[in-house]
Amino acid sequence: MTMEAQESGTAERAATVALIREKARAIRSHALNMVYQARLGHPGGDLSVADILATLYFGVMRVNPTAPRDPARDRLILSKGHASGALYATLAEAGFIPLEALATYMKPMSPLNGHPNRNCVPGVEANTGPLGHGLPIAVGVAIAGQIDRAGYRVFVITGDGELQEGSNWEAAMAAGHRKLSNLTLIVDRNTLQQGARVAETNEVEPLADKFRAFGWAVAEVDGHDPNALIDALKRPESRVKPLCLIAHTVKGKGVSFMEDQVGWHHGVPTDAQLDQAMKELSLT
Amino acid sequence: MSARQTASPRLYDCRNAFAATLEEIAERDPRIVVVVNDSVGSSKLKGFCKRWPERSINVGIAEQNMVGVGSGLANGGKIPFVSAASCFLTGRALEQIKVDVAYTAANVKLVGQSPGVGYGELGPTHHSIEDFAWLRALPNLAIVAPSDPWETAEAVKAAAAREGPVFLRVSRFGVPQLARPEGAAFAIGKAETLREGGDVVIIANGVMATRALDAAAALAAAGVEARVVNMASIAPLDEAAIRAAADLGAIVTIEEASIRGGLGGAVAEVVAGYRPCPVRILGFPGFLPTGSVEFLFEKYGLTAAGVERAAREAIAMGRKQ
Repeated sequence: MTMEAQESGTAERAATVALIREKARAIRSHALNMVYQARLGHPGGDLSVADILATLYFGVMRVNPTAPRDPARDRLILSKGHASGALYATLAEAGFIPLEALATYMKPMSPLNGHPNRNCVPGVEANTGPLGHGLPIAVGVAIAGQIDRAGYRVFVITGDGELQEGSNWEAAMAAGHRKLSNLTLIVDRNTLQQGARVAETNEVEPLADKFRAFGWAVAEVDGHDPNALIDALKRPESRVKPLCLIAHTVKGKGVSFMEDQVGWHHGVPTDAQLDQAMKELSLT
Repeated sequence: MSARQTASPRLYDCRNAFAATLEEIAERDPRIVVVVNDSVGSSKLKGFCKRWPERSINVGIAEQNMVGVGSGLANGGKIPFVSAASCFLTGRALEQIKVDVAYTAANVKLVGQSPGVGYGELGPTHHSIEDFAWLRALPNLAIVAPSDPWETAEAVKAAAAREGPVFLRVSRFGVPQLARPEGAAFAIGKAETLREGGDVVIIANGVMATRALDAAAALAAAGVEARVVNMASIAPLDEAAIRAAADLGAIVTIEEASIRGGLGGAVAEVVAGYRPCPVRILGFPGFLPTGSVEFLFEKYGLTAAGVERAAREAIAMGRKQ
């Protein structure tokens, strides 16, 4: 690579990272406003996954909002469907749904249900909500891609507490066995589940070892660093293994009083809390 | 296999018609794939797997993943036939069937093999008499229990051609090829009148259809004319056929399933909301004792004699109303 190409590559990367940061800020802001207006939702998980979603949609995936069911598209399956606020905000920022639709989140008859439905929202790939469903579905899509020798990639995001569901390990075993190199699992490793710390509830560690033992390539990354996420999500080196990316995140990231607080798994901000949250997000 | 004029004395395992038809369709349509849980042999899919190894996905003994994988394959443009013993498919993976298949309206074909008491002596863990009730509560999911090899073959073709989720209940218990008029046609959601009669209506599906016909023949010999309706589809439900049965005033249902929430329940729901009349529901009352399939059918009256008795009771109850 020439010096100029390197420099232009660096400049391009810097522009992508700046875009991702801007989109992540918008996703967080939308998600909190949606929870505030709906008086319901999962703000902690919305905020922990925001940078991952922004990186996927604005720096990694090949998707087209005007052709949401293009057979050649990359797929993102949000297995932690309770972070629907962040997903809808991402899809709106990416042009799949109008930004104005976000105000209907969980309102009567809104397509934006508390958990995503692919038949109601363009860009949603799987109807998720009950945990442990996304990875098996993603394995199925990846197998279809493998049969067709298609070029698309399949991404799936699970929570970390979610990995307590046994169906994930059925799917992990199948993915390793079938060498699904077109499959990438991103674990939103925020260390909290609904009621307590994952470690206190039913520890998932040693997580990297578990996935390696199941035949996966594993990488660990700061789940709030778009640069690191892009590097980790580039087409993986391994052509013979699925990739598990353990993205270390902070639940409630970006809003000081929500960060790493189990109580903000659910929770609706007061007027004053929303104001403060918006101020803090504007500084990120 | 074309519809035949007369019943054959030979008994058929409908799994063979399922597998042969699926191979026929798969030759023409590369989207057809199979997903199994180590159930290649019990699904009669050895031939399919040999011909199309890349289109045969054996996930091992992992039913939740099996159904999720099926949903994902549909997302990727495939038409997956997810085939496993009905007890494990429907019981173990019920939430996946609800969410990943029915709620998603995924183009997945679930094939419940050896349902009902097909596993006989292996007992209630392996019986699948609850599957109708569990699955009938799920919107979007067509539920079809074919009665013989011809109908099994037609149902497989119809399932493949239908855009959306289907549950096919394919029995291993030997049944004859039923007599049908020339040009008989199968459609999901459409009941089939196998025999006309004006005194009582016997509504059956799956392996019980042939027994309903036998009962009708015995009743006819005694001067009682029974209409026999083969209701292979319990979802969508042919409500017109049920209303016509209620108009007649006496109904017997018979299915290789629990008496709660299956074919009988579906019929009773329609009758209760239209024109109440006696509905005698034949099936299994609960967890069953040890015994062969035939023993269990005998013990719970799922026989021509049992149907005949129930038909007389229904007629008598109807007269009292």
